[in-house]
Amino acid sequence: MLQVVAQPIMQTVYQRPECLTDHHTHYCPGCTHGIAHRLLAEAIDELGIRTQTVLVAPVGCSVFVYDYFNVDACVAAHGRAPAMATGLKRVLPDRMVITYQGDGDLVSIGAGEILHAAARGEHITTIFVNNAVYGMTGGQMAPTTLVGQKTTSSAQGRSVSSTGYPIRMSELLSSLDGTAYIVRRSLHDPASIRKAKKAILTALKVQQAGLGFGMVELLSTCPTNWGIAPDKALEWLETNMLPYYPVGDYKVVPEVAAL
Amino acid sequence: MTRGMISIDAERCKGCQLCSTVCPQQVIHMASDCLNAKGYHPAALIDPEQLCTGCAICAVICPDICITVYRETVPKQAHNGTQEAVR
Amino acid sequence: MTRELLKGNIAIAEAAVRAGLEAYFGYPITPQTELLEYLSVRMNELNRVFLQAESEVAAINMVYGAACTGVRVMTSSSSPGISLMQEGLSYIAGANLPCVVVDMMRGGPGLGNILPSQGDYFQITRSAGHGDYHPIVLAPASVQEAIDFTTLAFDLADQYRHLVILAADGQIGQMMEPAELPPMTEPRKTPPEWALRGAQDRPRNVISSLFMSGEAEEAHNIAIQKRLRKIKKTEPRWQEYNTDDAQLLVIAYGSAGRVAYSALEAARANGLKVGLMRPQTLWPFPEERLSELADRVEMCLVVEMNAGQMLEDVRLATGGQIPVQFYGRMGGIVPSSEEVLKAIETHYNHAAHHA
Repeated sequence: MLQVVAQPIMQTVYQRPECLTDHHTHYCPGCTHGIAHRLLAEAIDELGIRTQTVLVAPVGCSVFVYDYFNVDACVAAHGRAPAMATGLKRVLPDRMVITYQGDGDLVSIGAGEILHAAARGEHITTIFVNNAVYGMTGGQMAPTTLVGQKTTSSAQGRSVSSTGYPIRMSELLSSLDGTAYIVRRSLHDPASIRKAKKAILTALKVQQAGLGFGMVELLSTCPTNWGIAPDKALEWLETNMLPYYPVGDYKVVPEVAAL
Repeated sequence: MTRGMISIDAERCKGCQLCSTVCPQQVIHMASDCLNAKGYHPAALIDPEQLCTGCAICAVICPDICITVYRETVPKQAHNGTQEAVR
Repeated sequence: MTRELLKGNIAIAEAAVRAGLEAYFGYPITPQTELLEYLSVRMNELNRVFLQAESEVAAINMVYGAACTGVRVMTSSSSPGISLMQEGLSYIAGANLPCVVVDMMRGGPGLGNILPSQGDYFQITRSAGHGDYHPIVLAPASVQEAIDFTTLAFDLADQYRHLVILAADGQIGQMMEPAELPPMTEPRKTPPEWALRGAQDRPRNVISSLFMSGEAEEAHNIAIQKRLRKIKKTEPRWQEYNTDDAQLLVIAYGSAGRVAYSALEAARANGLKVGLMRPQTLWPFPEERLSELADRVEMCLVVEMNAGQMLEDVRLATGGQIPVQFYGRMGGIVPSSEEVLKAIETHYNHAAHHA
C-alpha cells in the first residue's frame, strides 16, 4: 500500500484584513493610526458586518479613513462625528455606526457632542485615537497634550497656568450612565495592540447587543510632530503618556461579560 | 521549532522600522540597498538560518499592513493516509 | 380636507409630517419652539425619529447624518440658532444633500429679542455658511403658505438634492389662521442609490464635501453652479397685485408683504396707482420679472423688517433704471400699514411732483 508521508506546508497565518481597500495610507511612517485602522478592520471582518457598517470620519489626520475602509462612509464637520453618527443610527437602528476620531476632534471642539452622545447612550461605537497633539495641522497643542510637552503652539512646553490640564476623556465619559463600555488601550507594543484588538471587538459587540454607548481610547504616537523616530516614539508613549493616561477598563456594564 | 516566513509589500512599506525593532529573531532588516517608489528603504526578511517562526509579531505592529505571515504546519497523519492540514 | 385654525409653527410641523418627514433634530429657541414640541409627540406617534439635540450645532450635524441615509429630514430654529448652524449647512450643501431647514426669524443682531424680524435675509440667501452656494429660500406670508411651502420645500430639496430654507418671521410662526393641511403621504420606501445604508450588494458609497485636488473641487463647484443656474431659471415664485397700471411698485415679502398689501389697498382707495410685488422665493429672487416691471413704473419702494437687505437685490434687479426707495423697521417691530401708506404717499407725491 502506498504510504503517504505528510509534507510540511506553509499556511498563511496573518494577512491584510478583507475590509481594507488597497489604498496606500497617507499617514507618516510609524504612525499608529495605521495599526488602529487594521484592528478596526479585523474586528469588522470577524463580525462579518462590512456591509452593515457606516463609518463617520472626523476632521484631522484620519479624515481620509473613508478611503481605507470598504464600507459606506461620510465625513463629519470637525468634532461633530458623534452628532452625525446619532443622526445616522437613529434612522438606521439596525446598522453598525462607528465614529473614528482623533483627540483634537473629540476632546477639543467635539467635547460637547461626545459627552451628549454618551449621556444619551447612543448605540454607536467610537474609536478615539489619542496622540496628544493636532497631527494634521502640524503638531499643535491639544487638550490631551501633557503638561510640559513641547508642541508648535506650546513651544516652551505646555504650561498649566495658561492652558490648564490634559483631559482624561475615558474617565470623564465613564461617569455617564448612558455608557456601556469605555476603555483605554495603547498601541505602543505588540502585547498592548493585541489587547486593543479585543477591546475594539468587544465595543462593536456592545453596539450589536444595544447595551449603550461604547468607546475605545487608543494611546497612539505621532512620530513626525513629536519629532521622535517611530520606534523611540513608542517608548516615549510608554514613559510619558501611560502614567497620565492609565490603560484600563473605565466602564464595563455587567452584560458585556456575556458577549 | 515550527518554521515560518513573511512576505513584505515593499511598495507599501514606509521604512518605519517597527517590525525590525520588535522581531524576536531579529531577521527583519531595512533594505539599505534599495528604495521603493515612495523613497523609503523597505523592510526585508533576511533569514538564511530560517529562524523565523511565523510568530506574526511584525505584522501585529506594522502600521501599513505590509506583512503577510506564513507558518509551516506539519499535517497530522490522518488514519486513512490523506493529508489533513491542521492549524 | 377642511380648514382649521392653526398656529404657524404647528402647521409647518404637521405639513412636514404629511410630506413624509422621517427624522427631525432641533433645539428649543423662541419663536419656533412649538414646532419642536409638537413634533416631539407627533413623530413618536408615527414611530419616526425625533431628537432634541444639545445645541443647534449638534442638531444640524444630526440632520447631516440623517440626510446621508436619503430620508426626508428637517430642523427648525431662529436667527441665533441659524447662525450656529451655518457650518453644518455648508457641509450639507457641499455634500449635495437634500435637506429642509425652517428659520423663524427674530430681532437681532446678537441675542436681539424674540420679536419678528427679517434680519436673516443676507445670512440665508447669500450662501449657506462658507463657500459658493445659495440655498433655495421660500418666504411664506401666511399660515396657509407656510403649509404649502413646507410641502414644496421637501419636493424641491429632493428634486435638486439641495438645501431649502423656509424663512418666515416669528409672527408667522406664532399667529393662528384658518388653513388647510395636505393629505398624509407615507415616507419613501426605497432610498436613493447614493444613500448610506451599508454597502450591501453594491460598491461602498462615500458622502463628503472634501475634495483635496483643486481640479476636483472646481469641478464639484461647477456642477453646483450649473444646478443653481437651472434653479434660478425655473423656480422663482412671487405674487403681484395691481401692477398693470402701477407707477410706484412696492416690494415686500412675509409679514412685511401682508402689511404692504393693506397699505396698497388704502393707497388705491386714495387714487394712487400703486402696485405690489411679493417675492415668495427669496432665492432664486424674481429678478427677471422685477426688471420688466421696473421698465413700466416710476419708482420702487422696498419695505422690510430690517435695515434693508432685500433692498440690495432690488437694486441689482432694477439696475439703476429707476429710483429704489426703502422703508424699514428694525428691532423686531412690525411696521403698521399706516406707516407704509405714509411712506408710499411721500415718495409717490415726490415722484409725481417731478414727473
